[in-house]
Amino acid sequence: MKKGFFLITTLILICLGCSNDDVGYEPTLQPLEIPQIFSNNIIAPIIPTDNPQTVEGVALGKKLFFDTILSSNGTQACASCHTPQNAFTDNTPTSVGIDGIFGTRNSMPLFNLAWNYSERFNWDGTALSLERQAEEPVENPIELHSEWDNVVTRLQSYPEYPELFRLAFKTSTITKELTTKAIAQFERTLISANSKFDKYSLGQATLTAQELNGLDIFLREDKGDCFHCHGNPNNPLWTDNSFHNNGLDATFTDLGLGSVTGDPNDNGKFRSSSLRNLAYTAPFMHDGRFATLDDVINHYSEGLQNSSTIDPLMKQIAQGGVQLSEQEKANLKAFLLTLSDSSFINNPDFRN
Amino acid sequence: MKKRLFTLLILVSFCFISCGEDLDDNFIPVNETTFKFTHHWEDEIVNNTDFNTLQYTNEFGNVLSIERLRYVISDITFTSTNNEAIVIYAYNLVDLADNTSLNYDLETEIPAGSYNVSFTFGLDNEDNSENHIDLNSASFNVPDMMGGGYHYMQFDGKFLNTNSEEQGFNYHAIRAVDNAGANPTFPQDTFFTVDLGTVNISNNTEIEVEMNVAEWFKNPNLWDLNEFNQMLMPNSTAQIMMYNNGQNVFSLGTVSY
Repeated sequence: MKKGFFLITTLILICLGCSNDDVGYEPTLQPLEIPQIFSNNIIAPIIPTDNPQTVEGVALGKKLFFDTILSSNGTQACASCHTPQNAFTDNTPTSVGIDGIFGTRNSMPLFNLAWNYSERFNWDGTALSLERQAEEPVENPIELHSEWDNVVTRLQSYPEYPELFRLAFKTSTITKELTTKAIAQFERTLISANSKFDKYSLGQATLTAQELNGLDIFLREDKGDCFHCHGNPNNPLWTDNSFHNNGLDATFTDLGLGSVTGDPNDNGKFRSSSLRNLAYTAPFMHDGRFATLDDVINHYSEGLQNSSTIDPLMKQIAQGGVQLSEQEKANLKAFLLTLSDSSFINNPDFRN
Repeated sequence: MKKRLFTLLILVSFCFISCGEDLDDNFIPVNETTFKFTHHWEDEIVNNTDFNTLQYTNEFGNVLSIERLRYVISDITFTSTNNEAIVIYAYNLVDLADNTSLNYDLETEIPAGSYNVSFTFGLDNEDNSENHIDLNSASFNVPDMMGGGYHYMQFDGKFLNTNSEEQGFNYHAIRAVDNAGANPTFPQDTFFTVDLGTVNISNNTEIEVEMNVAEWFKNPNLWDLNEFNQMLMPNSTAQIMMYNNGQNVFSLGTVSY
């Protein structure tokens, strides 16, 4: 009898010793729903192993994203500069912070972030993960102007948040790291893949003759040659997420990637933004200098400025650019607008 | 008491054994073969720290810089002395900006022995017509109206033109195409086989493949960047010149074990 007890106890120990399962509560995994147009064409998104997507983490991240508690005076949230109706950017050249001061960069639209394979975020590539990206605006004096210690204290003393963190991360002790993890989880759910062009690629819609002609201009190396930096029907991100000097300035007031790497060869380089949702994301470029899509097309057609770091993919620089006719510009614009995804900006899952 | 202690020892031992990694989990093939890609301008090593500086002079006399260099190699083939071939039906995108891409571990074990080693520069027409999601993700596509498929090579930089001004060039090798548009035609194949010669494969062999970048401008077509610099993808004449000049670009470097 004693032997039997001894044996059973030891076997239980063996089982417990081999198990990786925690006997307690676990958040519910919520893998990203990968759109068909992505799974058909591009590799899987990047999800950090230490921050898996969960129902509770995404819900917490969404609440935090829209909550002004992250700002020092309780007046602004992430969503103040990243509004759903603008594909998670805003409509001013640069964004105003809680003290009424405008920054120097245009707020970047937020979608399909998990497919940024290099994991360099921001216009200048400062942030080396989405989690890290969420850290900086909270403390930036011309943005939310908080201190993380104070933010954590406020969250910890809020009636709901400790329990929401426990549900998301199995601890009610709130930290900066867990806060940014939750925000990153929510941001990764912001997937846009239901534009007219997506439907066309899947055989579910047709393009007009003008839109098809615009696609041709976009893809032809001897016309627009946009595809080398901005994707193509087989790369439906419509960006290479890489850094280029696209000929905005002859001299630089903002060094872009160069300010991060310290390499003068990177001066004036900024991350290619996606061409999705251009209908909602004006003004354009890292400093919001172009009010309209027409201004952007005119820039590449005849407005290029030469400099030592201009990307060699820029063409006919001496003439100012690729010299599109007015009709070609109109056709190119018609195509670009087929990349807009109204279901994304109206998705109730992404609204407060 | 002794029996009980014996039982405990056995069970504790079982505990360790059952929780341990299987040796098979860490199995490493006996003969792991790796390709190492190095790049040179004649006898001078080129790596990404050499980018963006006008420091190379091609055979014609153009002074140029390298800003981006990436290319695909595929279908590495080991042909034994009795003419049996082991073909690795895979490809590798070599990108000088990404040092991890410069070493390509073959996942197929090559038995020890003497082989003729060759590979395809670019993708043959069958491979080029398939959907490769990793190459799509790297934005390496060629639009359909220019023949579709993928770049074989994207080599970008700047040169000093006849006015001594810096000007961009895009030496992009693709499948040569005529009549770019809805119904392109293909004058000739422009992927090609690189024969590295004989290599002895043994345990953990590393095969260095050297690219002499200068050769792209040299032989048999003396390349003047003032004449051929940009918009070369729909230019079948330029593509065939690249194909011809590419024949002597690659060579076998050091084989180490």
